[in-house]
Amino acid sequence: MTEPADEITGGPALEVKDLAFAYPGGTQALFGVDLAIGRGERVALLGPNGAGKSTLVLHLNGVHRAQAGWVRVGGLPVVEEHLREVRRRVGIVFQDPDDQLFMPTVRDDVAFGPANLGLGGDDLEERVVQALTAVGMEAFADRAPHHLSFGQRRRVSVATVLAMRPQILVLDEPSSNLDPASRRELSDILRSLDITMLMVTHDLPYALELCPRSLVMNEGRIVADGRTAEILADEPLMAANRLELPFGFFPALADAERRPGGRHSPER
Amino acid sequence: MAQVLFVFIVVATPREAFWAFGLYACMVLAAAAAAAIPIGFLLRRLAIEVPFVAFAFFLPFVGQGERVDALGVSLSVEGLWGAWNILAKATIGVMASTLLASTTTMAEFLTGFDRLHVPRAFTSIASFMVRYMDVIADDVRRMRVARLSRGYEGRWIWQARAIGQTAGALFIRAYERGERVYLAMLSRGYAGTMPEMGEVRASPRQWLTALAVPLVALPVCAFAWMQRP
Repeated sequence: MTEPADEITGGPALEVKDLAFAYPGGTQALFGVDLAIGRGERVALLGPNGAGKSTLVLHLNGVHRAQAGWVRVGGLPVVEEHLREVRRRVGIVFQDPDDQLFMPTVRDDVAFGPANLGLGGDDLEERVVQALTAVGMEAFADRAPHHLSFGQRRRVSVATVLAMRPQILVLDEPSSNLDPASRRELSDILRSLDITMLMVTHDLPYALELCPRSLVMNEGRIVADGRTAEILADEPLMAANRLELPFGFFPALADAERRPGGRHSPER
Repeated sequence: MAQVLFVFIVVATPREAFWAFGLYACMVLAAAAAAAIPIGFLLRRLAIEVPFVAFAFFLPFVGQGERVDALGVSLSVEGLWGAWNILAKATIGVMASTLLASTTTMAEFLTGFDRLHVPRAFTSIASFMVRYMDVIADDVRRMRVARLSRGYEGRWIWQARAIGQTAGALFIRAYERGERVYLAMLSRGYAGTMPEMGEVRASPRQWLTALAVPLVALPVCAFAWMQRP
């Protein structure tokens, strides 16, 4: 509910320095990415298709290894010997819940991560219940993932990652393919989580609603870093990076509307 | 497992023992009652047996050997016995299988196999198959609608090419999905083996309940054999 504090307590939750990466085919995807995210911050990562956002995300938990530069998660470098701990600390929610949910029941799926960390018995069950409760899906534990609605599957995807008690939650296009009500339900859930968050999205109003800070990425570099409302209002910057606001959306207005209550309440 | 055992016992029973089959049918019905499965549902599921029934129906006419006359039609005795044998055993077998299928979810099946020490690689493959069957069927449906929307009729032989290409595209999609799923698994700490979780052991009592039906059926079968002339 509360806006995350701007001041950074302790070291940054995530640090990326001069990160460069080229795919085996020779396509260079990242040309020296620099960024730091403080603990408890919620940050949006914006940018056009092909900017390197997904490639960057796959570096955060060591699926891709840095070819130059480095990534640190809570001070821990992402290298082979720390992979297990890094993957516990960084929870990635992928875009298609059908990719993320692969077990026969919701319960098994949420248990998959913590079971890989060596948990079992009551501890495991407690994690599962807690994670499902956090996304309001505790009543669906015994259902099969393909019997849930898309929005419900997305929420379970978030739970599968929360069950690992990550320090950073990374969401790839969390609002894609959701109907407006599911989209709002998800934002309520995400806001209620007390966790550092990096959200990759094309949904600019969603970024403004959830993330006080935004990074803009283009052609393998971070080209802007600042308050979301200011970035969205910066027309030359937006145009240069193929970012466009939906028709009739004015960031300054939306931002002001959100301020007093702390939370933009849906029309009623 | 109890169900498989039961079906074996039923099949092993000599066909002359009419009373034994009556008892088996009672057992299945009792189990159905205990599981609160409506009889109508069981009967509808018996429809799967129809082709076998049709086959059994012809046996008396084409069978060899000694013949009897019924309603003016000459029937083979051997064929009659064969038809009865197929009908009785298939009906009871199908009913028992329907019972199992309607009381057990796919997920429970898989944990069941796991507990019976079927290698974990097999159970994981089966569970992935169950999980992604719908997803892939959905893909197929969408691709079919997309084909139809562009005026495809699938009526002429030269249109078969599109089907082949659909199959190819589907394969690629499934393959790519496999990769993405693997990435998602890696991201949640997968290290090559499925983790142990929620190991539930069946209590002796549960074993006894499950085996009750085959255990009762076994002496019936044995007795029927002893009764044989």
